[in-house]
Amino acid sequence: MNIGTDQPVYLDYAATTPVDERVLAVMLPYFTDFYGNPSSIHYFGQQAERALENARRVVAECLNARNDEIIFTACGTESDNLALRGVAFAQRKLKNANHILISPVEHHAVANTARQLAEEFGFEVEFLPVDEFGRVDPNDVTAMIRPETALVSVIYANNEIGTINPVSQIGLICHQKGIPFHTDAVQAAAHLPIDVQADLVDLLSVGGHKLYGPKGVGALYVRRGTPIMPVETGGKQEGGLRAGTQNVPYIVGMAEAFQLAQIERQSRAGQLVPLRDHLIERILAVVPRARLTGHPVERLPNHASFVFEKVDGNLLLMLLNEAGFACSSGSACKVGAPEPSEILTAIGLSRNWSLGSLRLTLGRQTTLEHVDRLINVLPSLVEKTRTLQVT
Amino acid sequence: MIVLPKVAVAMSGGVDSSVAAALLVAEGYPVIGIMLRLWSEPGAENENRCCTPDAMAQARRVAAQLGIQFYAIDARQRFHDTVVQTFLSGYVQGLTPNPCVVCNRLIRWGLLLDTALAMGAEKMATGHYARLRTLEDGTVQLLKGIDPRKDQSYILSSLSQDQLNHALLPLGEYQKSQVRELARNFGLPVAERSESQDLCFLAGQDYRQFLGRHAPEALKPGPIVDRRGSILGEHRGLAFYTVGQRKGIGIAFPEPLYVLNKDMHTNTLVVGPVSELGQDTLQAHHVNWTSGSVPQGPFPADVKIRYKAELARATIFPLEGDQARLVFEHPMRDITPGQLVVFYNNEMVVGGGLIAR
Repeated sequence: MNIGTDQPVYLDYAATTPVDERVLAVMLPYFTDFYGNPSSIHYFGQQAERALENARRVVAECLNARNDEIIFTACGTESDNLALRGVAFAQRKLKNANHILISPVEHHAVANTARQLAEEFGFEVEFLPVDEFGRVDPNDVTAMIRPETALVSVIYANNEIGTINPVSQIGLICHQKGIPFHTDAVQAAAHLPIDVQADLVDLLSVGGHKLYGPKGVGALYVRRGTPIMPVETGGKQEGGLRAGTQNVPYIVGMAEAFQLAQIERQSRAGQLVPLRDHLIERILAVVPRARLTGHPVERLPNHASFVFEKVDGNLLLMLLNEAGFACSSGSACKVGAPEPSEILTAIGLSRNWSLGSLRLTLGRQTTLEHVDRLINVLPSLVEKTRTLQVT
Repeated sequence: MIVLPKVAVAMSGGVDSSVAAALLVAEGYPVIGIMLRLWSEPGAENENRCCTPDAMAQARRVAAQLGIQFYAIDARQRFHDTVVQTFLSGYVQGLTPNPCVVCNRLIRWGLLLDTALAMGAEKMATGHYARLRTLEDGTVQLLKGIDPRKDQSYILSSLSQDQLNHALLPLGEYQKSQVRELARNFGLPVAERSESQDLCFLAGQDYRQFLGRHAPEALKPGPIVDRRGSILGEHRGLAFYTVGQRKGIGIAFPEPLYVLNKDMHTNTLVVGPVSELGQDTLQAHHVNWTSGSVPQGPFPADVKIRYKAELARATIFPLEGDQARLVFEHPMRDITPGQLVVFYNNEMVVGGGLIAR
């Protein structure tokens, strides 16, 4: 990359996306013109409240939920925190439930919240097994769920390896056992049809910035009647479940972005899937000692992830950036101390492979020319990192 | 228009490498910042003198301020396997090793330079106070820095022609005081990295504690003898002592005793009065001739036997197998096996090697 001239090609849409101009346009008036606090009695407050409730309706429609089941938060991570902590504490209070069942391929927002619930609050956290693609087998949920299970949480589609879980089957099992089921759909919501009724999900996290909305805003779907208590306490906003003045412009933006993602879902997938499949096919063909990570079919339409044997994945990202490609990996580390990702370890990869991961996630600005350019440079860059490791 | 080559600057977060980067950016080079993440003992990562999280955050801030990309390069395993292992085995062999020499050769101007080149850089710049001069035939000479108090050509003496060809040393023409002034003008932090000579991976501890954990055999007690072999006492392990050392021998004697020699085979420390100390010859091995070819026949040179030592006159006899024999005009008191000896012809570094004996 030449500083100040060409920007690298962005291939990291699973990390974040640019805000859609249509989204930005609907947000802007809420910074300066319609700036009221939705909790206020007056004209300005009611103006903001209308926008807020309209956004809630839009998000609810996207999920096939009721309006009052949508809680706005500050991000997907906060939604996960509220779901896990809020339900765990409520379930303990309600029925002394002390058991939490999650997968080993959760986002850190779920995994580290569960870890804290175990280490600091005495919950027993148990991990479902996953197969080599990172998928949970619903039969294992049946086998491991208990009457004293406070909640089950399984990620909808994994951020690192793109695998989509059989959420509706897990939802059915949890529903039959009467145990709340949470799923982190932060990645999935950008690409997949989400229906909380069909999937029998009780709690579902989404975030704005993975689907061309703004950063710093998210939502949690909470099925009516689900035991949950607030984590953020204060005022009575969001049905008493999330105190704090709502971030109206961002909420409006997320709702618009979510709606666009659902309306344009098929046309976006139609653009992305052929690029993704081309990328996967070519990279496995041209890079020696390369493997696809995650499921070959049941994966996000924009998601291609790999491991290369005996490659420093972190170094590969630097070489790619200098060659003009902004990509990611499971062990990305900005201070030069990468460790293998828990997710790649959970799907059974040895350190020799798991340190050499590369995640390429495509988006609306990605073209075939971008993808082909990457395919052209990648083999030599992988080879360079392999050489640097042995010299 | 001249297209300047892409330069990777080895950054530390300190004033020198920050100013080096700023100068190159100001001259119009395409610049990237790179920084090594080195090995630390588990738990002591925050104390590593060369790459604490603070230093790395500082380097990252400087890079952001200069508008250049910044990368932290993981050298932990390589550093451990080369620099730390050489340090430990050096003490086990009775040497007083200089791990910075190994680091400069294998890590800084090895792995880091290779990484910079893999990133598409044509040059790697550092904040060392030394100069380079390219001759018409393409040979690159290594010269002392302009500032005599800051000159760091000593530590760069192990660079090959290939490494020198890829090097840029933007600070060599400056006095330290000018560099501080430049830092202020560029709006850069003027914080100094610790000037201590402690090794980065010792994390401020005494090296003997480190040896005790990683090479306890270097700390085995044994006899202290004089030149005639009379036993005068017991030493605490030869790694505690350096040739020329007076303090800390721990024997009451009519006149001050100095460490004359360390005999690894018998684990014996040989001591004696100052009159027995000193030698006028020195054997060096692993010698690097910066020109890339072995000089013809003996030649006179100014010699430094430690980083902070005064220059001494000697005649250098190049030998087969990257070795050299030095004959000093006056006996030298603290020739220390394991340390780096560097040969100068006026301003120019002719070469350098490790002191064998």
